[in-house]
Amino acid sequence: MEPEKTEISKSWEPRIVMFCCNWCSYAGADGAGIGRFQQPASMRIIRVMCSSRVDPVHVFSAFLEGADAVLITGCHLGDCHYINGNEKTLVKFNFMRSMLKELGLEEERLQLNWISASEGEKFAEVVRMVTEQVRQLGPSVLKPEGVA
Amino acid sequence: MKTDITGAVAVVGGGIAGVQASLDLANSGYKVYLIESGPTIGGKMAQLDKTFPTSDCAACILSPKLVEASRHPNIELLTYSEVLAIDGVAGDFTVKIKKKSRYVDETKCTGCGDCIEKCPKKVSDGFNEGLAPRKAIYLSFPQAVPRIMTIDPENCIYLSKGKCGNCAKVCKRGAIDYAQKDQKLSLKAGAVILAAGFEAFNPKGLEAYRPEHPDVVTSLQFERLLNASGPYHGHLQTSKGTEPKKIAFIQCVGSRNQKLSKKYCSSVCCMYAVKQAVIAKEHDPEIECAIFNIDIRAFGKGFEEFYQRARNEKKVRFIRSRPSCVEANPLKGELRIPYENEDGSIAHEEFDMVVLSIGIGASESGKELARLAGVGLTGAGFINTSIENPMSTNRPGIFAAGAVQGPKDIPDTVAQASGAAAKAGALLSPARGTLESKKEFPPEKAVAGEPKVGVVVCQCGTNIGGFVNVPEVVSYANTLKNVAVAREEMYACSEDAQERIKEMIAEHGLNRVLVASCTPRTHEPLFQESCRAAGLNPYLFELVNIREHCSWIHQQEPEKATEKAKDIVRMGVSRVRCLAPLYKQELSLGHNALVLGGGISGLHAALEIAENEFEVLLVEKEPELGGLLRDITALQDGRKTGKILLPLLEKVRAHPLITVMTGSELIEVNGSVGNFKGRVRDREDREQEVSFAVAVLATGAEELSPAGYFSYGEFPNIITQSELEAELEGDFKAKHVVMVQCAGSRNKERPYCSRVCCITAVKNALRIKERDPSVIVHVLYREMRTYGAWEELYSRARAAGVRFIAYSDTRLPWIGENEVRVYDEITGFDLEIEADLIVLSAPLVAPASNRQIAPMFKVPLDSNGFFLEVHIKLRPVDFATEGVFLCGTAQAPKLVDESIAQAAAAASRACTILSRKSLESSAVISKVDTELCVGCGACEKVCPYGAISLTEVLLQKQGVFYKAKKSGINPALCKGCGACAMSCPTGALDQQHFKNDQLLAQVKDVFTYSEEVR
Ligand code: FES
Repeated sequence: MEPEKTEISKSWEPRIVMFCCNWCSYAGADGAGIGRFQQPASMRIIRVMCSSRVDPVHVFSAFLEGADAVLITGCHLGDCHYINGNEKTLVKFNFMRSMLKELGLEEERLQLNWISASEGEKFAEVVRMVTEQVRQLGPSVLKPEGVA
Repeated sequence: MKTDITGAVAVVGGGIAGVQASLDLANSGYKVYLIESGPTIGGKMAQLDKTFPTSDCAACILSPKLVEASRHPNIELLTYSEVLAIDGVAGDFTVKIKKKSRYVDETKCTGCGDCIEKCPKKVSDGFNEGLAPRKAIYLSFPQAVPRIMTIDPENCIYLSKGKCGNCAKVCKRGAIDYAQKDQKLSLKAGAVILAAGFEAFNPKGLEAYRPEHPDVVTSLQFERLLNASGPYHGHLQTSKGTEPKKIAFIQCVGSRNQKLSKKYCSSVCCMYAVKQAVIAKEHDPEIECAIFNIDIRAFGKGFEEFYQRARNEKKVRFIRSRPSCVEANPLKGELRIPYENEDGSIAHEEFDMVVLSIGIGASESGKELARLAGVGLTGAGFINTSIENPMSTNRPGIFAAGAVQGPKDIPDTVAQASGAAAKAGALLSPARGTLESKKEFPPEKAVAGEPKVGVVVCQCGTNIGGFVNVPEVVSYANTLKNVAVAREEMYACSEDAQERIKEMIAEHGLNRVLVASCTPRTHEPLFQESCRAAGLNPYLFELVNIREHCSWIHQQEPEKATEKAKDIVRMGVSRVRCLAPLYKQELSLGHNALVLGGGISGLHAALEIAENEFEVLLVEKEPELGGLLRDITALQDGRKTGKILLPLLEKVRAHPLITVMTGSELIEVNGSVGNFKGRVRDREDREQEVSFAVAVLATGAEELSPAGYFSYGEFPNIITQSELEAELEGDFKAKHVVMVQCAGSRNKERPYCSRVCCITAVKNALRIKERDPSVIVHVLYREMRTYGAWEELYSRARAAGVRFIAYSDTRLPWIGENEVRVYDEITGFDLEIEADLIVLSAPLVAPASNRQIAPMFKVPLDSNGFFLEVHIKLRPVDFATEGVFLCGTAQAPKLVDESIAQAAAAASRACTILSRKSLESSAVISKVDTELCVGCGACEKVCPYGAISLTEVLLQKQGVFYKAKKSGINPALCKGCGACAMSCPTGALDQQHFKNDQLLAQVKDVFTYSEEVR
């Protein structure tokens, strides 16, 4: 590993835009709070009713505005409050990931994870894991100058 | 007479049964007093970690119901209150209660928990089953409703010794009141529902199982050990602090036990043990789990499949033996269980932990309540009811629901609770709506023009303020565009803070409000209501979470937490700026129901709805009413079926509000809740239009003709149980009867258990023995599933000499004309049994017509062809499609009393809609901009509710007329997921309240820009 990257990874806090569905992953985030599962302060959560609301437009504008990564979360497959919204999310996610390469971004900058309302600890775990991965990658090449 | 009826119901017991009954009644136009003896509602279910067979998190599915109950304008919560007397008669009871002192002013306490922190006295925590300490001032569990502290006077140092007083000192709201006294109240109610729940068996007296050993725990303790908010935060561990490697579960502790005079089966323990073993293995796949059992009673919907998965995929071991004791090594403390192997040899096995699967028992308080209410009990201490009236006690106007009436699982409890609500509703229907309260609000202000945002940042005591620099966040908020005022509050959710928010809106002429505090999932409605009370549309309010999502998870990094809180507020302000007022649409509705199916469930559903004074159309495809029950000649309790069926048929036919159409089929359905239209065709092919507001599917099930199983069809003396039922009423001559269970179920083709066959077989075996005790009856079974009170039939049959022989699915019995050969699993012998009559217990199967009915109503079927309810635990008779309900064997095989309870439940759920004056659509739905719509139909395909349809319209553009397709949304069906908005290629479709510009505003404001960039 290049030394500068490690240097960055210690001090630098990435900016990650996170989409949570109201019924599971947002509740999971609440659960993480209730359980006091400590996490890096990298995530900024945007609540939607269902993960299937998340549009590629939202994801790509997040990157253009300066996101180092985008994390979409929803209910476990089969548990979506709207029957099968998250299956649609999964399809869109795969499509968006394939687009990332075109933009010159690493695949890992877009992530998808299913977190149930009861998985507060998992929520924290996911935040830690994704943050660490993005730290390793360093700031996004699309991040405009002067943006924090 | 009618004027004497009180339109209120007293529901005693705040567990899931009481809560469900209360919600149904409150939503059907009645006032409800929900009386709970503990400090919070939620009951036993709140203590559970997960629920079987779906492993749903219990608290997560329960909490919304608790919050709904506490907020409902028609429900008055009386927690920490005991019933002293129930006087009067049906329609006009007086219920006297004692409201015990909490020593905390309910109107002032915000539940912040500052007092808990400062309370020096630790005591054993009942909610955690004694595995963890709590303080003398406490909140039972984190999601307790109401969120009000209680001082336990026995342990409080101030109340017992006059010293300490810490809680009063730290409470900034002055809520502690050591001088508070018990209060006596007297309530008027037309009906009473007893839902006092059960008491888990206390294994203290069973010394052979070493209940005092720290690693011998009860199943309830084990639930807490598994739970994330439990004593070890969900890290399963032994008393030594190590992770257990081997766990044993001992079944039937305090059930199926003659010696303890617990003769019944508790119905739930097998399944919860299987669930606990599976979850333990999810915590750590290395853990070995062994379940010691007599039979695994996996009789409910999806249970058998869950059990088989546990056995085959999760490798949970099932040992068919009831250990007589648990041994503990006195030096090392290890636990050892001696048990009998299948070959009769004795094995000894060591375990790190032993879980006692304790049964459901009648509670002392339940019995006392029954005594006060003057209702009769069964020998086991449960409230006595009959098969045909499973919710009615012997005292008119007093009903029973849940485990107080006998052991049952959550869905059966919920069904019975709804059923009791239907009964109470029917009794009081002349007074429906007389005591209802509605919240009144001032007219809404117009909000056009520049946004003027008011921001409130909550300290939440030290919960937020201890980690986030709140004043700094407030001054930052003041710098943001369109913010007219920003303030802090110590507790934004408290009653007085609500008043200040209203004043702030008036004083600054605000048209938007942002509160930064805790989670919108629980608190948004509260603030929305305050905004509405100040004349602001509730959708102009936004709640952002800087507690769960910030202060609580960045406790070591206060600076970063403060920065993040600022970001969250900035994102919130930019969102709230773009919010627009939204309105729920009023939809008209009809007030009649369609009941499909005229078996026992359909008949009861129709009758209950009609008794609630709504019209019913009952459609049955056979020429006669009665369904499956026409083939069954005796009930489980030995009475003739006609005893209950004939009077019921009479009542249904005579009821002025019920129209019966026999020999008729429903062939088409259109529309949605409130306004369904359908067509019914009779045997002569005449068709008729029908309209209805709600539908109850009670299409039943049928007995499988077990061709291909156990030589059925090869010899005339091989018959099914229902053929036997008929013979038992005629000339029955057989001398050697062999019954074979699971003839066509619990196999590859039909993996489910048909639930009723074991009880039916035992019932019929007893009938044979009663006719002629010299007849030899053998029952070949895989597992005897005579659950609940029917375990007694099983004991009686054994006492009467019926011989029970266990066979295994890997070595099926061989059936000849006059002989049956079977390998006895338990003794290991090959047996040859003489037989002149062989009776196959064939399962109930879903009728093929379900496949036509399901798509008409857009409702799903399960993999076995039965209708699939929306939530297997808490909504057992509801479909996801609003206004359509199900009950009885259409949902899964079940007994007559269970079908009746479910039928009443479906009726109750239907009445919550029928009693409304109008329907409200949700406001957070999608809308189409027809200008932009290109009619591609992507949205139509993606919509999971069939709420979107394309219609052809005639357009004129540039002087040309042309036809085009445009998408349209039915607001009654749209549930507001937003998937269509994502699918729309032109931006024509957008989800209200989560519009593209609103979400993009948030995305943009995740980031800050340096001066030059700006
Ligand atoms: S509601 Fe959570 S993913 Fe659909």
